[in-house]
Amino acid sequence: MTDTQRQATTESDDVLAVPLRHPWRWASALVLGLLFAWLAVELWNNQNIDHATIGNYLFNSRILSGAVMTVFLTFAAMAVSTVLGVLVAGMKLSANPVLSFLAWFYVWVFRGSPLLVQIVFWGYLGLLFSEIVFGVPMTDIVFLRANTNALIPPLVAGLIALTLNQTAYSAEIIRAGLLSVDSGQREAAYSLGMSPLRTFSKIVLPQAMRVIIPPMGNETISMLKDTSLLSVIAVLELYTAATRIASQNLRQVELLLVITIWYVVMTTALSIPQHYLEKRFGRGTGAQDGILDRTLSRAWSALRRRSDARG
Amino acid sequence: MADDDDALIRVRAVRKRFGSREVLKGIDLTVRRGEVAVLLGPSGSGKSTLLRCINHLETVDGGRIEVGGHLVGYSPKKGKLYEMTPRQVADQRRTIGMVFQRFNLFPHMTALDNITAAPLAVLRQPKRDARARAMQLLDRVGLADWAGHYPAQLSGGQQQRVAIARALAMDPEVMLFDEPTSALDPELVGEVLAVMRELARSGMTMVVVTHEMNFAAEVADQITFMDDGAVVERGTPDEVLTRPRNARTREFLQRVL
Ligand SMILES: Nc1ncnc2c1ncn2[C@@H]1O[C@H](COP(=O)(O)OP(=O)(O)OP(=O)(O)O)[C@@H](O)[C@H]1O
Ligand SMILES: [Mg+2]
Repeated sequence: MTDTQRQATTESDDVLAVPLRHPWRWASALVLGLLFAWLAVELWNNQNIDHATIGNYLFNSRILSGAVMTVFLTFAAMAVSTVLGVLVAGMKLSANPVLSFLAWFYVWVFRGSPLLVQIVFWGYLGLLFSEIVFGVPMTDIVFLRANTNALIPPLVAGLIALTLNQTAYSAEIIRAGLLSVDSGQREAAYSLGMSPLRTFSKIVLPQAMRVIIPPMGNETISMLKDTSLLSVIAVLELYTAATRIASQNLRQVELLLVITIWYVVMTTALSIPQHYLEKRFGRGTGAQDGILDRTLSRAWSALRRRSDARG
Repeated sequence: MADDDDALIRVRAVRKRFGSREVLKGIDLTVRRGEVAVLLGPSGSGKSTLLRCINHLETVDGGRIEVGGHLVGYSPKKGKLYEMTPRQVADQRRTIGMVFQRFNLFPHMTALDNITAAPLAVLRQPKRDARARAMQLLDRVGLADWAGHYPAQLSGGQQQRVAIARALAMDPEVMLFDEPTSALDPELVGEVLAVMRELARSGMTMVVVTHEMNFAAEVADQITFMDDGAVVERGTPDEVLTRPRNARTREFLQRVL
């Protein structure tokens, strides 16, 4: 305690505030910790799991390039689908009935069918249409004629499938975000002479982001794992890479554990940018700090206290 | 009231319907340059709707509105009136500032950024000029020290003063106020009225919807009393507030005074 603090507590009319204690938080943390430790030990001692294999394959080059492919697919599909999602959301909210029907129809189709079916559809498009022709319909004018399988290799088919499917979900999230912004905001921007497009990009969308980002973080994490579905059309992402290796060495469980570790590492890494985006778009709202902030600041002040006590 | 060459705002026989309900039933209003016009009337009489029609936040179903000699929301061509594109409407709104009952500041921007947003995006002012002008305006409304604060960190009175500065940053010819002090705690009303008083003295043309009778009596050049979508009585503050001829005006004044 510093001198001024001691002085303050001896003043008779001053109250020394003792923060509310939370003994149950500590008790529950202890119980959970023990449970997890027990589970880890059980897994580790399982005779059917060869731990050396896990270690050997964790940084195997085929696994690593599979992980890189998974990250690429996730980011590419999320980036394009977010842009398309803003478009579809805007269309759905539009006063133009043709646009809003189109958007509604799009969401209906892509949310209504299983992602796996969509992936297979794009992957085997060549069976339906052997050639893709760009030209003016009902005439002989042709700009481009290409073999479907050459134009859409599995990787592209997978990207199209993930992107179009995700667009439907993102559009709904973005639409909800846009609706959450008070109509007075739009009116204020209009009254200042801002065009509808500028009002949307400068005023409405930034405020909607606060509502949009948390579920979009969720979607990104889902996407990361949904990329494994592309194994059905033989895109060499993390899951496909693992199953290929396992089919040779017959260490299925070990390789699944290897990629599980990678999926966990990647989803953990994803929550960091999400955290900072939430902070960035929460400006001016006095939004409460999340667990990452609280943990960090608590650790920081604990360190400070300790060094104060020593110094 | 006779047409006046000096008129900055000229509202003629304006009608507005929401569904089957007619909320403006042929309104006339003329405001000359530099004049302050106050609109009075009970709740639901159509005051806000009239203001919103003046800057085309609502379309009209009949009659015409001119600001600065230009028809609001429509361009006359070959004897017909064509509805303006959103772009043209936006251009027209630059000259008409509006202050809302619930401030409507942009919560994700600081006070300063609220004020510079439109000058930067619409007028394409250089950033330095826009900021310098915004600081001047903040100073004018007595908030020079609050430039970096977000709306949530400001009191209602402060927010409304920032909102006034934000509208002024576009150098409007006319300022519309829709009950600018109704959402404020009583002790904060004065600071906003003081800014408006100063603005009126500086020669700004203003249309003000308010229930602040002392302000109306002191600042208004003309008062229009509306009821049920129609103008019931109009005149100088003295005529309308102290010697009202219409029974509905008298009844209303008795309730609010
Ligand atoms: N967007 C809308 N849709 C349907 N009806 C509306 C709309 N806006 C206003 N009205 C109706 O129009 C009438 C006039 O409303 P207005 O807001 O202009 O009244 P006001 O005089 O400003 O009242 P107040 O003092 O309560 O603000 C009211 O009956 C209101 O319910
Ligand atoms: Mg109103």
